[in-house]
Amino acid sequence: MSTHDDHDHHHGSELSETQLRVRALETILTEKGYVDPAVLDLIVEHYETKTGPHVGARVVAKAWVDPEFKAALLADATRAIARLGLISRVGDHLIAVENTNAVHNMVVCTLCSCYPWDVLGLPPVWYKSAPYRSRAVMDPRGVLSDFGVALPAESEIRVWDSTAETRFMVLPQRPAGTEGWSEEQLAALVTRDCMIGTGLPGRPAESGS
Amino acid sequence: MNGVHDMGGMHGFGKVEPEANEPPFHADWEGRVLAMQRAIRHTRAWNIDMSRDAQERLPAQVYLAASYYQRWALGMEKNALEKGLIDADEVAAGHALRPGKPVPRMSKDDLGGAFTRGSFSRPAATTPRFKPGDRVRARNVHPHGHTRLPRYARGHVGLVEAVRGCHVFPDSVAVSGDENPQWLYTVVFEGRELWGESADPTLKVSVEAFEPYLEPAS
Repeated sequence: MSTHDDHDHHHGSELSETQLRVRALETILTEKGYVDPAVLDLIVEHYETKTGPHVGARVVAKAWVDPEFKAALLADATRAIARLGLISRVGDHLIAVENTNAVHNMVVCTLCSCYPWDVLGLPPVWYKSAPYRSRAVMDPRGVLSDFGVALPAESEIRVWDSTAETRFMVLPQRPAGTEGWSEEQLAALVTRDCMIGTGLPGRPAESGS
Repeated sequence: MNGVHDMGGMHGFGKVEPEANEPPFHADWEGRVLAMQRAIRHTRAWNIDMSRDAQERLPAQVYLAASYYQRWALGMEKNALEKGLIDADEVAAGHALRPGKPVPRMSKDDLGGAFTRGSFSRPAATTPRFKPGDRVRARNVHPHGHTRLPRYARGHVGLVEAVRGCHVFPDSVAVSGDENPQWLYTVVFEGRELWGESADPTLKVSVEAFEPYLEPAS
């Protein structure tokens, strides 16, 4: 608790007002019997400690080494990932889209901030921000340059706007120079951003493997 | 509704600013908001599209000034009031003034449900009107209520790329809870169709479009 409180103070009275309002809402919902604070604690703990892009990274690494799994993933990501047994159950309607030399995929939700939480964990602030939501569908190369990523001029850029309950994750291209690597080594190269499409996987030299 | 939440293609919001080593939450209250949102779902007092709709109905200046979890909190408070779970005098007082309604409360045994997305596909009463490869136009419509057809796609012609099944229809379920299932398609547009001749020629954008959003294009 203490680490975050320090952060709040930098934002001054506005956040304090939010804190008070949220606390009041929790008090009312608790007193009226709609939520149990002990259950809320467990939910917070789950999101702080259990979820994250490490789940998606293992999926990507598996797809890089196992052509059969890759085909299953691209055909029905929910079913293919459920069979891996990484997580109890992946939400329905998960779709994996594959980057190739010809096409680079990028995922956005312009209307709210829909995101494949099951495989990537909590969405980062930038993904939920107005700059990303407004620009990804119109100027994806400009967005990529904000991330320090430049694609070949001839690459097609495909942006997936998550306007329904379908969710998208990008299957990035396997980096060169990783022949013979284990899934675990490969997973270490897979970043959250490369599964959203705003980044590329790490390269062998960068990871020190 | 044509709200500020429908941001695709707007100018003026500046650069995307990634944060290195971002923490799960930037303040404790953010985690509480997320947890409440997950737990309150168990009461079935409202659905996910009603949550989105409540945020979209915030005053535009409030929506733009609020952070993601602030919007969640404001939307949750709004829904709890509108669905009669809580009353305005209780919000003002900061605590309950009368007993709650008899709705189910999430217990530790129900936690699996807090972390698993529901399924939104439903049995179809009809066959899909469109198939992959069909040219379709996104309707030029401007409904006052909740919809998931972004403004930038309206009136434009794209290709049906995939049929995603028959899904709960947000425009209906947000209003009345009526799921009114509709066929869902991935429709892909050329960048230049959406943004004009100066657009990036390598750009393609797809939306997930429900059948009522689409009409045949020749």
